Amino acid sequence: MDTLVGIVNYIVFFSITAGIYAILSLGLNIQWGYTGLFNIGIAGFFAIGAYTSALICGPQPGLIDWRVVGGYNMPFIFGLLGGMIVAGIAAAIISLPTLRLKEDYLAITTVGIAEAIRLIAKQESWLTNGVWGINNIPAPVYRPISNGIDGFLNAHPNLPGWMESLIGNGYNWFFLFLVIATLIIFYLAVERIIRSPWGRVLAAIREDETVAQTSGKNVFGFKVQSMVLGAMLMGAGGSLYAHFAMSVGPNDFKPLLGTFIVWVMLIAGGSGNNKGAILGAFTIWGLWAGSDFLVHLLPLSDTRVAALRIIIIGLLLELILLRRPRGLLGEEKGISKLLER
Amino acid sequence: MLQLVIYGIVWGSILSLGGVGLSLTYGIMGFANFAHGDIMALGAYYALVLAAFSKHIGVPSFTFGPLSFGFPMLIAILGSMIMTAITAALIDKVLFKRLRKVQSIILLIAAVGVSFSLRNLLQFVWGPQPKYYFKGIQITRKIPGVAARIKPDEVFIIAISFLFALGVHFFLKYTKVGKAMRATSDNPSLASTVGINTEKIITWTWAIGGSLAAAGGIFAGIENRFITPPLGWNMLLPIFAAVILGGIGSPYGAMVGGLIIGLSEELSTAIIPTAYKPAVAFAIMIIMLLFRPRGLFGRG
Amino acid sequence: MSTILRADNIYSGYGELEILHGVSIEVNEGEIVSIIGPNGSGKSTLMKTIAGHLEPNQGEVILKKESITSLKPDQIIRQGMCYVPQEDNIFPSLTVRENLEMGAFTRSDGFKEYVQDVFRIFPTLKEKRRQKTATLSGGQQQMVAIGLALMMDPSVLLLDEPTAGLAPNLANMILKKAKEINESGVSILMVEQNAKEALSMSDRGYVLAMGKKQYEDTGQALLNNEEVGQLYLGA
Repeated sequence: MDTLVGIVNYIVFFSITAGIYAILSLGLNIQWGYTGLFNIGIAGFFAIGAYTSALICGPQPGLIDWRVVGGYNMPFIFGLLGGMIVAGIAAAIISLPTLRLKEDYLAITTVGIAEAIRLIAKQESWLTNGVWGINNIPAPVYRPISNGIDGFLNAHPNLPGWMESLIGNGYNWFFLFLVIATLIIFYLAVERIIRSPWGRVLAAIREDETVAQTSGKNVFGFKVQSMVLGAMLMGAGGSLYAHFAMSVGPNDFKPLLGTFIVWVMLIAGGSGNNKGAILGAFTIWGLWAGSDFLVHLLPLSDTRVAALRIIIIGLLLELILLRRPRGLLGEEKGISKLLER
Repeated sequence: MLQLVIYGIVWGSILSLGGVGLSLTYGIMGFANFAHGDIMALGAYYALVLAAFSKHIGVPSFTFGPLSFGFPMLIAILGSMIMTAITAALIDKVLFKRLRKVQSIILLIAAVGVSFSLRNLLQFVWGPQPKYYFKGIQITRKIPGVAARIKPDEVFIIAISFLFALGVHFFLKYTKVGKAMRATSDNPSLASTVGINTEKIITWTWAIGGSLAAAGGIFAGIENRFITPPLGWNMLLPIFAAVILGGIGSPYGAMVGGLIIGLSEELSTAIIPTAYKPAVAFAIMIIMLLFRPRGLFGRG
Repeated sequence: MSTILRADNIYSGYGELEILHGVSIEVNEGEIVSIIGPNGSGKSTLMKTIAGHLEPNQGEVILKKESITSLKPDQIIRQGMCYVPQEDNIFPSLTVRENLEMGAFTRSDGFKEYVQDVFRIFPTLKEKRRQKTATLSGGQQQMVAIGLALMMDPSVLLLDEPTAGLAPNLANMILKKAKEINESGVSILMVEQNAKEALSMSDRGYVLAMGKKQYEDTGQALLNNEEVGQLYLGA
């Protein structure tokens, strides 16, 4: 029974992260799946969302804190919205000069931008506390729930161990609920938007950009909007991450787990398909977590294990591209054929 | 100040070596090989193994005069260039070739995948800790007549990079394969119509690009005296900047671009914090992309 | 005089769009044959089909008694027929000489002689042989394109609008050179916008309109034909 509870607790933890990745994946799907924008800078928007949320909701700069700003101690919802808004603004600013570039140029540019954001996070301590990061970010509604759980457990001291463990993990259940709720809201919103007139123009642009241009649509404007929308979702993911991990630092936003894995998720699930984006996130994160178990069975050092897992994910990506580039669910019907020649 | 120029030329030479290979593959195959930096790192690690192996089988390891290395490293450089060329061509045959018919974006994603896999393969085999080419540090020597100092290794790097650049120039200009490569880069359909075997050209491109990448990675290792798995990825952005600055498909452009980027990055440290060095290359690249995307020497 | 090139009953187009509806033409050895007609009549499509850049939906292309319908362009070259497309027909960053070298890429012999032949026909190219073709004028680039094809020592030369975009005196010069090439033994099939000039130097001509053959006669006869003159020659 104990192991069962242990597994359940782990699944809750796993699902929180997978859910956050699903949100990132949805965001990328808007940019890439529906608009064809090759954004390799996901980690950048993710970071902006996380840091903004941390600054808005976090504690005052402490004694060993180099920051000059932040620490307004606002409730979580402000952090979430703030993260989305700032990420969206950043996307708008970045888009204006760069979205006119050809796809591969855009790709390199987004890499550079994500790196620049990470460098700034590392350097500008007055804003981000540099390499030490921002700590003690409050998790939403933590005190009340935590106290409630403690109170309950104290009032019932004779519960079996597994039940204590299950209830003790109660806060994570709440956070999971939060993540899933956000995910569902975003999913419904994106599905709505895609089927709206705005979404139809997007499909037309993807089908044939020149035709859309000549029929008077402001193609560039639509692309910027798509970029901003996707970035806002990524910012939301960042905010959720910050409040779950309760601290953020520049090393949390390295290209691998910040960007690359999201691409693998979207491709595996099926770009151009929102359900695919979510499915891909859970599947790949599952494989990633699974590889953690498997690979730890081997007598290798930690760093080697980490490297091996990434090699596995990389090879998986290549296999998918070679054998089944449509991913698990393929593109949604009726929306154009981006992966076909 | 002049010292920064020296650093810039050294760094620029290394970037040039990476840039030429990237420019060739970009120009002839039309895709941005994101894995190029990691191929450079692969070359650096091949050299590590070869040098140790050479010493092991008894190759005399006295150093050449003021340089930090001797025959084993020389063998390592040549051997690694060959091995990396073969590896690069193999990666193409196994992966990129099959994706060429599909959209170029898929190729890009695949290249990013190769980049991550390769980099972590290096970490898997050799670990994340720095691996040293040589022990200790090398003392700089004063350059006669100039208010700057330089290490003998750095003179080697600059000289050999220049020689390689010359070699590439002669190859492209005067050999049949070289001309065919330039032709394929110009007009692939006409090239295949006149009977140029495009697949063979592509293999040659990978081979040359790969061997130069190896040299670049090794020289970076000689300059820093150690190598780590992210060696190449960290150089990717400045190398891309160099290629775009010089003009995609123009190896000469890549050489000039490499030097300009190298000098800009080093000279910039006089005004802005060193941590932002990569941002300088990035800024130059963005400016080029916005105002003159075909670069200095590129075609329209 | 025997037929060296024949296109039989060609139906051809791009995907769903059929442009040619059953066109048959032939070129006899040593002839210059011109195809004229309004824009969109299918002249270029016919050339591309004959040259192997487009596969016909129906019909056959026969070169020197062998069917070449399904052959690829580089295979057709080896059979002795070269195609000079209207655009994208040179290597811009290569020099004139290097362009000609590329033309002779698969030949292992006789390069020097071929080059001399080309330089004889186009003395300007000899003068500019070390210059990058991207820096040449439109007319000179056309010369390089034709020279490139000549390097492959063809028996049949396909020219797709060789005077397109050229000033009248340059256009005349190109057509004169085509005549010169023909006199040295190369049969020529040519699509031309400058219908009058083309017909006046051609042995025979075809008038193509709306994907079908409308007229077929000797060059001179077509020039004198009143209907043709009014409809197609802007008389």
